[in-house]
Amino acid sequence: MSQKTYTYYPGCSLQHGNHAYEVSNRAVAKALGFELAEIDDWNCCGATEYFSLNRLPAYALVARNLARAADGGATEVVAPCSACFLNLYKTDKHMKLYPKLNDQVNEALGAGNLSYKPGTLKVRHLLEMIITDVGFDMLKDRTRRPLYGLNFAPYYGCLIARPDNVLDSTEQPTLMDQMIEVLGAKATDFHLKTFCCGGHMTQISEETAYGMIHRIIKNAVDSGADAIVTICPMCQMNLDVYQGYANDMFGTKYEIPVMFFTQVIGLALGLSPRELGFGQEFVNMSGLIDKIQSSPPPKAKAARRPKEALPMPVMPE
Amino acid sequence: MSEQRVGVYVCHCGHNIAGTVDVEHVAEWSANLPNVVISRDNKFMCASTGQEQIEEDIKEFDLTHVVVASCSPHMHEKTFRNACARAGLNPYLFEMANIREHASWVHASDKDGATNKAKSLVSAAVHRVIHQEPLQPMQVDIRPETLVVGGGIAGIQTALEIADAGYHVYLVEREPSIGGHMAMFDKTFPTLDCSACILTPKMFDAGSHPHITLLSYSEVEQVDGYVGNFTVRVRRKARHVDEDLCTGCGSCWEKCPIKVIDTVFEAGLGSRKAIYRPFPQAVPKYPIIDVENCTYYKSGKCRMCEKVCPTEAIRFDQEDEILEVEVGNIVLATGFQLFDPRRIPNYGYGRLENVFTNLEFERLSNAAGPTEGKIVLRDGVTEPESVAIVHCVGSRDKNYNSHCSAICCMASLKFAHLVMEKTGAKVYNFYIDMRSISKGYEEFYHRIMEEGASFIRGKVSEITDAAHTPEEEGKLILVCEDTLIGRPRRVPVDMVILSAGLEPRADAQEVGYMFGAGCGDTGFFTERHPKLDPVATVTEGVFIAGACQGAKDIPDSVAQGAAAAARVLATISKKQVNLEPVRAEIDESRCSGCRICNNMCPYHAIDFIEADGVSRVNPALCKGCGTCVAACPSQVINGAHFTFDQLIAEIDGIMVDVTAGALEVV
Ligand SMILES: Cc1cc2nc3c(=O)[nH]c(=O)nc-3n(C[C@H](O)[C@H](O)[C@H](O)COP(=O)(O)OP(=O)(O)OC[C@H]3O[C@@H](n4cnc5c(N)ncnc54)[C@H](O)[C@@H]3O)c2cc1C
Repeated sequence: MSQKTYTYYPGCSLQHGNHAYEVSNRAVAKALGFELAEIDDWNCCGATEYFSLNRLPAYALVARNLARAADGGATEVVAPCSACFLNLYKTDKHMKLYPKLNDQVNEALGAGNLSYKPGTLKVRHLLEMIITDVGFDMLKDRTRRPLYGLNFAPYYGCLIARPDNVLDSTEQPTLMDQMIEVLGAKATDFHLKTFCCGGHMTQISEETAYGMIHRIIKNAVDSGADAIVTICPMCQMNLDVYQGYANDMFGTKYEIPVMFFTQVIGLALGLSPRELGFGQEFVNMSGLIDKIQSSPPPKAKAARRPKEALPMPVMPE
Repeated sequence: MSEQRVGVYVCHCGHNIAGTVDVEHVAEWSANLPNVVISRDNKFMCASTGQEQIEEDIKEFDLTHVVVASCSPHMHEKTFRNACARAGLNPYLFEMANIREHASWVHASDKDGATNKAKSLVSAAVHRVIHQEPLQPMQVDIRPETLVVGGGIAGIQTALEIADAGYHVYLVEREPSIGGHMAMFDKTFPTLDCSACILTPKMFDAGSHPHITLLSYSEVEQVDGYVGNFTVRVRRKARHVDEDLCTGCGSCWEKCPIKVIDTVFEAGLGSRKAIYRPFPQAVPKYPIIDVENCTYYKSGKCRMCEKVCPTEAIRFDQEDEILEVEVGNIVLATGFQLFDPRRIPNYGYGRLENVFTNLEFERLSNAAGPTEGKIVLRDGVTEPESVAIVHCVGSRDKNYNSHCSAICCMASLKFAHLVMEKTGAKVYNFYIDMRSISKGYEEFYHRIMEEGASFIRGKVSEITDAAHTPEEEGKLILVCEDTLIGRPRRVPVDMVILSAGLEPRADAQEVGYMFGAGCGDTGFFTERHPKLDPVATVTEGVFIAGACQGAKDIPDSVAQGAAAAARVLATISKKQVNLEPVRAEIDESRCSGCRICNNMCPYHAIDFIEADGVSRVNPALCKGCGTCVAACPSQVINGAHFTFDQLIAEIDGIMVDVTAGALEVV
């Protein structure tokens, strides 16, 4: 593959609290042979709140990033954070749908000698980009340390799945599940894969937030996962940083590492934990490496249904 | 051209037209159109006074042509043609301008525009009508035999009514037995009478009636012809059992070593053998061999059924048979299919073992079903202590089907009753709106409420096994917003029944196409008129009945079956039917014999006559679609009632500047 360069919008979280994500994205990009070129002088996407506070400035704030990206001649922009992705995606889409909004936003951009024509950029999430453009075949091909024996709960979070279907399903997407299996590990049947992690609710109502965090952690552990895989810095932070608080509130003792999907890919590619930003997390993830087995574990036999049991519905092809 | 004298009648249709179009103005303006001798407006042209006005005027003003500007010709063309005929005017000298569907209804917010458009349409009709010529309908004989497709309750009813009247019926059923969905049920709402007890006598009658040829395990492959004279090709799939010898004794399926999950009759909840009869009361009583699962067809071994058959009726080498039947009328009664709830992944069907469909529950509750009527969880032994019934699964939901499936509220109530009666479990109904509209239904709803079922008004957003609290552990939790208390709720239960909706059959489009019946936007077959002609289709001689026309319950299916039978019997007793004279004719003196039209014709109505070197239209097969008229490179095919002169005149008429005072063609 020739070295492809993607216009990249890292977002604020990756600069600070979730620096590990940035580190592993860069490492994986290098190993897989593509480049992430940061948009020059980008700004915050407004996160999840700004749109509910003051809509027009919120759109303008996001559109400034689109304008700067398009200015450099890009036709697509990649974001590793689901909130950033959604805001960029939504702004582009709404500017196209609502001509009046388009005019107003462009008037605001004009103050900084910028403009943006909706539809110029295809907004993509890093997960979708890697799966589509790099592809499963290449991932498999480049795997140096198959993650045999590891069980991952694929956690998509709520922002990428809705409202538009950018993955394969809004309710039960499976793209990351497939990716995990390609890397040699097992994706668990994790029912709450598109549930909300609570977002910034931790700052508003701890009780509500910890309830939401706890149910996801519990469901992941119940599904048999050794770790949760996330694709969004917000999700990772909530499940990792607040895991202890949620435990305290519910009297549980969960200790499940919460990884970024590029850290999982990186491990399989044979990169070192240091290269992937290990060690910045609250719930230690290094222990996972010792759990990797040298060969695929024997396929668990489907539990035999008792003789008197009724058949399960026959799944379609 | 001798003197033309046109009468124009502009209808108010109450406020339907007059509320938007300035009807009086249109009538006054039309009086100045060429050849118009009288122009009037009228509140309701279709009423007897309107029709009589036309008749009187024809006589008084010696009218040669008539134009009515009102609704769609689908609605009232016949009405006004008849009025003309009564006054001695050939009905094809009448023309209709549709100023309701095409003007007032679609331009309600633009009165001037709608009025102008109405004027254009009237002008078009007036210009056209003087070129119309008297035509005579063609009479054809009606064959007294009838084809009924689908042997559910609707098809059975149709077949019996016609056969009882003494006329022969071919009843074609795709499955090995007739009975349809009703044969699967335990009880039927609202009376809770046993489904089999009321259905099987009818099945038996249909199977043994001297005037019914039952073609089960068969499918229609091709339909040719027209009302009164259809030729239908039926494939009789090989049963691999000789029906003349088989007694239905059952030795073969008792001894057959291959067990297969029965996804049709048992809704996947029970099994059958590789040679099987779907259920004990099946009609006909003969089994079939399921070739895909039978060992003999895989390895050439086994032949157990053959060994044990006391009458030597097994025929491994039997092949499909093709049968051709001639019928005068056709009734489609192909029913519905169940919405597949796997399409709603958040309801967990297929993943969470104790989520059942309504059809699965029918089998669970049926004494002849896999659990002999015991209501138990998927483990086959545990009785549930709490059961949730989710209404509107895949119905009234823009993501899936926007239509209401009509029967689910009542069937859900039936389930609630059966669960409470048989297990004493607590029952929760999750509904959006309760719809209990037919006779005895609202009373049934109250009865079930009094019996103690709970009703929660809210659409279930998900069904999950992810517990929040210790009480939820090991349960299925239904999450919804209870819209009556205005709060989100989580209700843990042992078992969930999904009231999946009724959908058109997956092949409805193709089947409809074969018979000339269209499918509307919900996918069910379209009736000729939703209110006034609910069992006819746009194709003469093809009728529809039962759930293939739209989701409905058994009483309505039976009523439609009987209605379709009455329509068929009426045409049979007329013995003859008039065919529209609107059809194509080839001017053979100018035909070059290129045959382009032969292949274009969708009805195979044009033959090439070798001896004369020209093509000729079979008038009985031609439907007047006009394809050949447009295709003919020599322009020598004439579409009666749609001639070049008529169409050009119509265009001239529509080009008249309706806003100017002067009547000039622009
Ligand atoms: C779970 C459930 C419970 C219900 N309970 C009740 C109740 O208690 N009371 C009530 O009044 N209603 C009830 N109903 C509704 C009832 O099922 C329908 O009203 C009724 O079955 C409609 O009959 P039908 O003959 O139109 O269609 P169907 O029963 O679907 O029969 C159609 C027949 O046509 C055959 N067929 C289809 N396509 C072809 C083809 N191309 N060629 C040949 N044959 C074909 C099929 O094999 C089938 O035998 C219930 C429905 C469901 C889903």
